[in-house]
Amino acid sequence: MLTRKVPKIRSSEITSESIYLTRRKFVQQGVIAGAGLSFGSHANAGLQSNDDITPERIVTSYNNFYEFGTDKSDPAKNAHQLTTDPWTVNVSGEAKKTGKFAFEDIVAGLDRQERIYRFRCVEAWSMVVPWVGISLKEILQQFEPNGNAKYVEFKTLVRPSEMPGQRGIFSSIDWPYVEGLRMDEAYHPLSIMAVGLFGKELPNQNGAPWRLIVPWKYGFKSVKSIVSIRFTKRQPRNTWNLLAPNEYGFYANVNPAVSHPRWSQASERRLPSSLFNPNRRPTLPFNGYADEVASLYSGMNLAKNF
Amino acid sequence: MVALNKFVKAIVFACLVAPLCWLGWQISLELQQPGSALGADPGEAIVHYLGEWSIRILLFAFSITPLRRLLKSRELARTRRMVGLFAFSYVVMHLLAYLFFYLEFDWSGMWVEILERPYITVGMSALACLLLMAVTSTRGWQRRLGRNWRLLHRLIYAAITLALIHLWWLTKDGFEDLVVYTLWFMVLLWFRWRSVSQQLH
Repeated sequence: MLTRKVPKIRSSEITSESIYLTRRKFVQQGVIAGAGLSFGSHANAGLQSNDDITPERIVTSYNNFYEFGTDKSDPAKNAHQLTTDPWTVNVSGEAKKTGKFAFEDIVAGLDRQERIYRFRCVEAWSMVVPWVGISLKEILQQFEPNGNAKYVEFKTLVRPSEMPGQRGIFSSIDWPYVEGLRMDEAYHPLSIMAVGLFGKELPNQNGAPWRLIVPWKYGFKSVKSIVSIRFTKRQPRNTWNLLAPNEYGFYANVNPAVSHPRWSQASERRLPSSLFNPNRRPTLPFNGYADEVASLYSGMNLAKNF
Repeated sequence: MVALNKFVKAIVFACLVAPLCWLGWQISLELQQPGSALGADPGEAIVHYLGEWSIRILLFAFSITPLRRLLKSRELARTRRMVGLFAFSYVVMHLLAYLFFYLEFDWSGMWVEILERPYITVGMSALACLLLMAVTSTRGWQRRLGRNWRLLHRLIYAAITLALIHLWWLTKDGFEDLVVYTLWFMVLLWFRWRSVSQQLH
């Protein structure tokens, strides 16, 4: 089989000029207070030459955030109601420093990096998003998890007064939205907490003030608007797995070889698609990050642990 | 009476064409400026839109008989064939949009989908029922099939049931519309059951 090494691409080559300029401006103005932006070595790991950045308008208007409604356009319509300041995060479980922390205090002084990642939804659409993120490892280590901490669990805010999706009677989701990672997954250098995108503060509909981003997993793992971090000995349950265990697993690694029971995962529609071009392309194992993360799962049956 | 017939038929016709006009308008906006009308994934938007209207028009077709009794309107009853054929056309457009936007007319892929995805299997079965009904909807077939024609056209029960299963199966969460469609169908079934049991007594 003929294989070709994908050339490493500098971020200036794949970023469109207008976005690049926005980003420079953002760095100059320091829109996100307290820290400059650095471009780490993982800034565009796994990106390919045909991975154009998805327009900001689409990244901020096509969202699955059921707390604000089940339609893709609902979050952009409703999320302005959300108060993100003050924002308290409850840290609990197997760690030395537990308790309630102000969001600003947790992220103060930590390095913010631009990470351009592919984002693949379990519904078979995908985007390429320039996140502003903080290494998840750096965040979690502050709380000094102990030897019993094998997993970390995250929960989204529950506030029906500001989240209309949590008021509906036709939803089967038991709020809060819960997700989790194994500690080695959480400590992987690609795992980040995103606090911004396109060089700006994270919009509410994208999970303000911070959300998880684990680029080699389906998007539903990347829990938004986090208010709880809990270190656990045992594997936490996650929302979609609780709703449909045969359809959504705990690992949820992007895998074209394992179909969702209701649709194929072999390919994806890269957004934006157009009327003339559905923009379908093959889905890559681990969403294209196999070189970086496959070793985390060596010896595991990925069809069983989907 | 002929005038009233034509009037009712024209109104129903306009109502059935209106969703297509709206879609055509959205598509023309989309062509002028991509992303302006149908969002980031216009293909998905079109497939879902046509699917939603398919089930609504199917339920409307199924409502005509009880509505005729309620409103005592023979004119409405005369539109039933047209409404049914419209429902069939919407389903065909829904399928074509799916084939284009999701499968890019990859026919081998289509067979895999039909065999492996239960909600597609169920949706295609609903289409097969409607196809049989559409083909035999002419007066000629009505005459040829005689008493069997009514029997054959009871396939509408199967078609709507399958269409609802198709929709239940592909919905992840947010069941509002589905609950409305299912209740609507159940009310119509109850009407039919009541009129049958009244005839028996």
